[in-house]
Amino acid sequence: MNNIIQFASKLIKSLTVSDVHQFHGGVHPDEHKHESTTRPIAQLPMPETLTLPLRQHVGYIPKLKVQVGDYVLKGEMLAEAEGTVSAAIHAPTSGTITAIAEAVIPHPSGLPDMCVTLTPDGKDQWKPLTPIDWQHTAHNELIASLRTSGIVGLGGATFPTHIKLRTDGTSAVHTLIINAAECEPYITCDDMLMRERADEIVQGIAIAQHLLRATKVVIGIEDNKPAAAHAMTAASQTLTNATVTAVPTLYPSGDARRLIHLLLGVEVPHHKRATEVGIQVFNVATVLAIYRYFTFGEPSVSRIVTVTGNVAAPQNFEVLLGTPMPLLMAAAGGAKADTSHYVMGGPMMGFDLPSLDVPVTKATNCIIAASPTLFAPPPPAQPCIRCTRCADACPVNLQPQELYWFAKSDNFEKARDYNLFDCIECGCCTYVCPSNIPLVQYYRYAKSEIIALDKAQEAADLARERNDFRLARIEREKLERAQKHAERAAAAKNNLAQPESAEADKAASNPDAVAAKKAAIAAAVERAKALKQAAANSRGAEADSEQPSLAESNSAETKPDSDAQAKIDKKALIAAAMERAKAQKLAAAQAGDAPKNTENLSAKVKAEIDEIEAIRTKAQQMVKDKASDND
Amino acid sequence: MIMLKVLLALVPGIVAYAWVYGAGILLTLALATITALITEAAILKIRQRPIAPSLADLSAVVTAWLLALALPPLAPWWLVVVGTLFAIAIAKQLYGGLGYNPFNPAMVGYAVLLISFPVIMTKWPAPLELATTPLGLAEQFRYIFGNVLPTGVQLDAVTSATPLDYLKTQRMLQQEVTTISQAPIFGHFGAKGGEMVTAAYLLGGLYLLQQRIISWHLPTAFIAALALISFVFNTFNPAQFAGPGLHLMAGATMLCAFFIITDPVSGPTTPNGKLYFAAGAGVLTYLIRVYGGYPDGVAFAVLIMNMCVPLIDAHTQPRVFGHKR
Repeated sequence: MNNIIQFASKLIKSLTVSDVHQFHGGVHPDEHKHESTTRPIAQLPMPETLTLPLRQHVGYIPKLKVQVGDYVLKGEMLAEAEGTVSAAIHAPTSGTITAIAEAVIPHPSGLPDMCVTLTPDGKDQWKPLTPIDWQHTAHNELIASLRTSGIVGLGGATFPTHIKLRTDGTSAVHTLIINAAECEPYITCDDMLMRERADEIVQGIAIAQHLLRATKVVIGIEDNKPAAAHAMTAASQTLTNATVTAVPTLYPSGDARRLIHLLLGVEVPHHKRATEVGIQVFNVATVLAIYRYFTFGEPSVSRIVTVTGNVAAPQNFEVLLGTPMPLLMAAAGGAKADTSHYVMGGPMMGFDLPSLDVPVTKATNCIIAASPTLFAPPPPAQPCIRCTRCADACPVNLQPQELYWFAKSDNFEKARDYNLFDCIECGCCTYVCPSNIPLVQYYRYAKSEIIALDKAQEAADLARERNDFRLARIEREKLERAQKHAERAAAAKNNLAQPESAEADKAASNPDAVAAKKAAIAAAVERAKALKQAAANSRGAEADSEQPSLAESNSAETKPDSDAQAKIDKKALIAAAMERAKAQKLAAAQAGDAPKNTENLSAKVKAEIDEIEAIRTKAQQMVKDKASDND
Repeated sequence: MIMLKVLLALVPGIVAYAWVYGAGILLTLALATITALITEAAILKIRQRPIAPSLADLSAVVTAWLLALALPPLAPWWLVVVGTLFAIAIAKQLYGGLGYNPFNPAMVGYAVLLISFPVIMTKWPAPLELATTPLGLAEQFRYIFGNVLPTGVQLDAVTSATPLDYLKTQRMLQQEVTTISQAPIFGHFGAKGGEMVTAAYLLGGLYLLQQRIISWHLPTAFIAALALISFVFNTFNPAQFAGPGLHLMAGATMLCAFFIITDPVSGPTTPNGKLYFAAGAGVLTYLIRVYGGYPDGVAFAVLIMNMCVPLIDAHTQPRVFGHKR
């Protein structure tokens, strides 16, 4: 019966809400939003310490600008953006830097990262703030200024905002979409922000619209937030060409590409960014931060956080970045006794915190106290029976059951062919799976494996390229050497053909022995040189390479190459030596002496040859050692 | 939960079956169920896999029931056991158990029995209302387990041809369809009594649709394809070919449409693939019924289409969001 009613209501909705373009799939978990919307956004008491991770955004880690012991005012920059994709970190209040060390940050890995610890002095004194007249300032100046604001996407993606507002000539943005869908269950920070500060948000929208030169603004709000939608509609009257559109409450409508499709009917091609089709998306909290920055000069030092779940009084708080999470829990009446763990973000895409003793960052939109009652541990997974409920729920229209099969059997190429990388990891498939298979985990695994394989492949390609270059160089050198030897040999021939010098007469008693000795010495010296060169080459290859994996593959290939090189050199030398010996033989024959064997060498000559042999063995040993080191 | 609902959806069909052919089917069902569970447990034990969760998922019971319902009502006990054993041990577990079998286990079991024991498999008892000496439950029990009929009763007195079988044999004798369907074994559409069972399966199938256990694609395409092809042949030559009414309401059509081709494991996963798969099964069912060597073609049609599943899936991938076709 319930199903029939649901089906009917869906049908009615699909008929009445005609101005949105429904995406495929999606799920509707219990919303759990009303718990935290009954109380207004509250301020927290000043924490005793603030811990600010340097990496709170997507991109490069910013450059630290303070030292332990420095006194900073509220809003003073602690670390500045480095590189294009990076964001600055500011002091959330006035106080002293008491530590710069690694600490556990709110990240799924649970690994520590570099953090600045600030002990507030309680005065909460702002640095001198300078508002920016955004209407009469050049665009590039505004973007450069925004780069120092520390503002990142506050919806949870934490992508530096100044990059999204750059307009390069190629991609003119015509439509600005404001993402106020807030489709994840439990999270209400955007909802409350819109209810309470719609005017500020709208002014932020006006600035973003100005910066992007967007002609149209569409604000998308899920239809389970009528109060927020009402406030935004009223406030947005001051905007030009702006509409507030209610989108059906269906997770994941807040995913940027899904929201664009819902509001505009445009499918952003999978290999393009939204800006390339003239659309830019901002979260409500982000545009509000933009407004605060331009109008008051305030950088990003706080955000709204929903504290909900298994707590006595779920509520939204305006929180200074770096605030320890236990303080928030306490402010929400404390976690109930049966709390098992804490989740940052929503239940669909959030992650379990390694511990509650981590600071609030720019990505912290929600903290949920979880209990076995609220989040029952999933029953053991059963075999996939290909029922395709996951495919029905997938908002990207993937075939999750096939991807699961490929990921499970490490058939990564197939997984890629079936568009694994279009997966947004929204968790709809896992949510609906009747066999309780943690599907998204399999996709994350497959993605990370493919990325690792690609990196290894790239490294191997690079190594091959370098090796090809090296072989070409060796070939060139060989040719040059051969030419040189040929010239020398020709010169020697000329000399020996006319043995008129006194020295030649003197040596006539044993000319072949002297010649052979000379040739042997020359050849051995050349060989030793070549081997030394090979050893040096393999050492050089290692020193050159930037990555250890590269060095490995490089020097592994070097070993046979250096042998080959030595062989090539040897051949050339032997050829040259033979040429010379022949010429000398000819000369000796002319002198009338029978050729003698080289075994009849004098002790001195023998000692010389032995010495050279020793050098050669040593060089060979060196090459061998090098090779075994690399093994 | 899914399998439980499938079993629940089969209940109307079973009730109608027992009403029409006698309560002996309950014995067959019980026998098949026990065999399936024991076989499943034994093979899992050999494969050193946990037994309890696999038995609890009820997939073996679904296979057992579908096979039992496809068998003739008075099938001897060993036929049921052999069929179920083969379905579970060979067609399901040897391929890796639930989720890994490329062929529908119940249909594999059925096909093996049909090929191995064609005489018994095509000997259907007459519906109780048509039988000259209808058998009671105890008598059916004795027949199933002991192959003993009540004294004075001949096997011919309890069995009769099924409409599809009768149609096939009579057409070989150059009879016209209109004449053939005047025989007392024919009901309004399909078999007398049998069409009631078919209707009950349809009812159960609608429940599965409403519960979203099965997608509409499969039954719709199967029924539509079978109806369409029989309609075309019937229009073209009504004396030679029976109309859609008979084909939809006789044989295992509805059981197949809602319970057999809807097996997710051995079927395709894409929406379009489901349409092709089911339509293919519908057409093959018709062709085997009309031109094949067996009266009904459902089992072979499904198995042949099972073979095509990887191909169908590969060529019917839906357009991914943000991708061109």
